[in-house]
Amino acid sequence: MSKVPSTLLIACGALANEATAILKQEGLAHVELTCLPAKLHNTPALIPDLLRAKIRENKDAFSEILVLYGDCGTAGGIDHVLEEEGARRIDGAHCYEFYSGARQFAEMFDEHPGTFYLTDFLVRHFDRLVWQGLGLDRHPELLPMYFGNYTRVIYLAQLPTPELISQAKDAAVRLGLNYEILDTGLNRLEEFISSART
Amino acid sequence: MEDEDIDLSTLSDQELVEQMHDDLYDGLADEIIEGTQILLDRGWEPYKVLTEALVEGMRIVGVDFRDGILFVPEVLLSAGSMKAGMKILKPLLAATGAPKAGKMVIGTVKGDIHDIGKNLVVMMMEGAGFEVIDIGINNPVENYLEALEEHKPDIIGMSALLTTTMPYMKVVVDAMVEKGIRNDYIVMVGGAPLNEEFADSVGADAYGRDAAMTVELAKQKIAERAAA
Repeated sequence: MSKVPSTLLIACGALANEATAILKQEGLAHVELTCLPAKLHNTPALIPDLLRAKIRENKDAFSEILVLYGDCGTAGGIDHVLEEEGARRIDGAHCYEFYSGARQFAEMFDEHPGTFYLTDFLVRHFDRLVWQGLGLDRHPELLPMYFGNYTRVIYLAQLPTPELISQAKDAAVRLGLNYEILDTGLNRLEEFISSART
Repeated sequence: MEDEDIDLSTLSDQELVEQMHDDLYDGLADEIIEGTQILLDRGWEPYKVLTEALVEGMRIVGVDFRDGILFVPEVLLSAGSMKAGMKILKPLLAATGAPKAGKMVIGTVKGDIHDIGKNLVVMMMEGAGFEVIDIGINNPVENYLEALEEHKPDIIGMSALLTTTMPYMKVVVDAMVEKGIRNDYIVMVGGAPLNEEFADSVGADAYGRDAAMTVELAKQKIAERAAA
């Protein structure tokens, strides 16, 4: 009989691939992954209630619940739910911060507040989530309204491939912004997930 | 399509205004320009065109945005159409002396370069007869204080999109308290991640959930001050 997972990891769907890759590592068989839809990125006000429902649905079946969300634009809404429901999350305001690390993210932000961040997930789904999500496929004339104050794209790369890098560069061109890449890897995610109680 | 065949000049005033509401909703800037011009040619006061055709149309857009029927791209197209109409009306409004509702200084706080919401507020406030001084994006506290000193507005408005930048609103309010000028102004805050509770915690007088509500609250706060 396989070991029953004792920790539930609730992640943003945008982190599903990365979390799955980490959970394949040895010693994490007791952690089970479930996700909320990645598209909630565009409607953060909906996240806290859905997260609460997901926790309540599962809390009796697991000894611990970890959450792979930052604050994600909920202005403390996620933390409020976690406090009430007795779960904990990775540190950071959003995935850009916990991928790159708080200090490095603060430096990048201070240097250029007008930076648009991409992750592996956002590069893969740039068309659907960014281009179509903002209506730029139908109304490219809106581009200056959305991105007129931005100066650069930084691709925070978790597991970059030549194809992803090429797509990220192409995204920057389409947005009319300079391109930079920062290889973040998955260290901070690994650290957090590995903190699950055995 | 039937809609494409509508000749705006053949519509009665009431029908034309209703059609302009629909055209604003659909983000049709050319039609708004044409409708605005027709109403002016029929002898409408610029202020009446602004309030009855444009502002009311945008109010409807705002309600449907609030209710999740319209989304940001559609609202931006509507706003672009209203802007096109306002471009015609602005010089006429200045010349004909439209009623003044009050004065506002508004800007996005330090570290934040997002201005879509702020720009919508600027447009709706101007549409409601406010004089608005827009100090732009990424404003440190000094910019707000200088603008208050220079323009002596009734209202200071602060906007933020990021949860990491919105706490800066308290820096500005605290600086106003320190200088002894906090109660000289109505402090309004807004932005997607904000809520009433946050507005209270930074010491603001009002939280504008969206552009239309900001206008209503601004009017209400000014009336309250006048009555006090």
